[in-house]
Amino acid sequence: MVVVEELHKKFRGTPALRGVSLDIGTGEIMALLGPNGAGKTTVVRVLTTLLRPDSGRARVDGWDVRRDPAQVRRSTGVAGQYSSVDDMLTGFENLYLVARLRGMKRAPARRTAGDLLDRFRLAEVAGRPAAGYSGGMRRRLDLAAALVGEPSLVVLDEPTTGLDPEARLDTWEEVGRLAARGTTILLTTQYLEEADRLADRITVIDRGRVVAAGTSDRLKAAAGTSRLFVVVAGDHEMAAAVRAARLAGGAEPTVDTRGRRVEVAAGDGQEALARVLTALRAEGVQALEIGLGRATLDDVFLGLTARTRGVTR
Amino acid sequence: MTAVLRVARESSQLARRNLLRLVRTPTSLVSSLLEPVMFALLIGFVFGNSLGGGIYREYIVAGLLAQTVVFTTSFTTIGLSRDLEEGAVDRFRALPISRVSILLARTCSDMIVCVASVCVTTLSGLALGWRAHTGVLHTAAGFLLLLLFAFAMSWVGAFIGVIAPTVQVALSLGFIWMFPAAYISSGYVAARSLPGPLAHIAEWSPITALVNALRQQFGNPVPRQFPVPRGWPVEHAVPYLLLWSAVLLTVFVSWATYAYRNKSKSR
Repeated sequence: MVVVEELHKKFRGTPALRGVSLDIGTGEIMALLGPNGAGKTTVVRVLTTLLRPDSGRARVDGWDVRRDPAQVRRSTGVAGQYSSVDDMLTGFENLYLVARLRGMKRAPARRTAGDLLDRFRLAEVAGRPAAGYSGGMRRRLDLAAALVGEPSLVVLDEPTTGLDPEARLDTWEEVGRLAARGTTILLTTQYLEEADRLADRITVIDRGRVVAAGTSDRLKAAAGTSRLFVVVAGDHEMAAAVRAARLAGGAEPTVDTRGRRVEVAAGDGQEALARVLTALRAEGVQALEIGLGRATLDDVFLGLTARTRGVTR
Repeated sequence: MTAVLRVARESSQLARRNLLRLVRTPTSLVSSLLEPVMFALLIGFVFGNSLGGGIYREYIVAGLLAQTVVFTTSFTTIGLSRDLEEGAVDRFRALPISRVSILLARTCSDMIVCVASVCVTTLSGLALGWRAHTGVLHTAAGFLLLLLFAFAMSWVGAFIGVIAPTVQVALSLGFIWMFPAAYISSGYVAARSLPGPLAHIAEWSPITALVNALRQQFGNPVPRQFPVPRGWPVEHAVPYLLLWSAVLLTVFVSWATYAYRNKSKSR
């Protein structure tokens, strides 16, 4: 359904995308997860034909974003962090306009707008300018606008950024309902919880590169079932703590220099804890904290993004 | 042909959207509707008595009309740059519509504002004592020429709106060229009375072309103490105005569209 290969894009010499690839199957929900400035929106802008990549290819429904942008636009609906709702127009006028611009005649456009307003529980406020809508209502209207004409791909760019918890839950439900209808969805987010909850597969990007991809279970497994951590009091003890953690976990630990914290995946949990205690004693280091915890998607995410940021090691 | 029809259909939908926004913020119209009255009174009565009184007040109405259509272009500039800055344009660009439609919708919907401003200017002119002395046909032709030129000018405004990086910049860029454009002409004084090269610029300026054509169509005389306008631009006022309108349209429709396409690629 969506194939993205080796996208590169620079803005005034600064690389925004450095070889992003991903593919989404029909009916699949893909989350593009990454911190601010990772390049998520740039990927979205390329896929929605608003931006030309420097190199690489992107296809939606078999159409190339560079060669057949009109076809791509026909197949794609976008809703975004920059809400595409026109404040001064009413809910109905917003949807009617999009329907007309998508080439519908008057009567079908009116019907489509009415149906979507019903479906997104906006019928009551359909005649009021969107400026008076609550955050959640606006997001629903935005989502509804993306669905006009039943596009085969729906792109949601940070659909819950800036929403209060209630409106966020509301949006999640709508996305879930959409997915149940078999719509292919690409969703960008900086919230792990959101990706974990909504997506079939997750692509983690950071600084314009894909740093991990797979189902959330696989990403969690990759991070190790348990995490072992050591916090020391002095900078001079860090090297010893790293050595001890490496020995205990059998892998290269991630290091937070400022927090003087060393962390490593520990497959055998308790045994690793025993090993790190022995190793620290041998090094003559008195740790402030030593612990063992279950890996979360947060660990995966922070581990992955921290590594590419060069904070570690 | 189908492409033309499609652009027309899309533009009319987008123009409708612009007009809905306009209707819901009527205050944005206030300056466009009050400015013509203010300038008519200022120029008519501050300069009027020294420059010929009643006959001068009749003379300047063509200039006031020209100034009105020049000033209304800022509406296009600001509207377009606001849509660009607020992301409305991105939303339309992600839809399967022609890119020209967004520009065309803006220049067309702003013609409504222009017509309203022209009406106010005309009424102010009537209040100053201005009359058309040539009959219905010539008067109507005068106003048609005025609107044609206004449409061409609104593409100048569209171009500035597209190249301006922010609304703030659009505000200043959109205004700064208007005063010299409107005043270095025969709008309020004889072009030939301007010093040195300014006289030539004024004589050949598109605003002078418009003003000359309007005075001809309305049969408005030149005050006695003004030098008699002569030369090719005066003797061929209407064809010269049509030529200018065509040139402005060709140049600025293509520049605005080109700048707009490039903007969408690089941002």
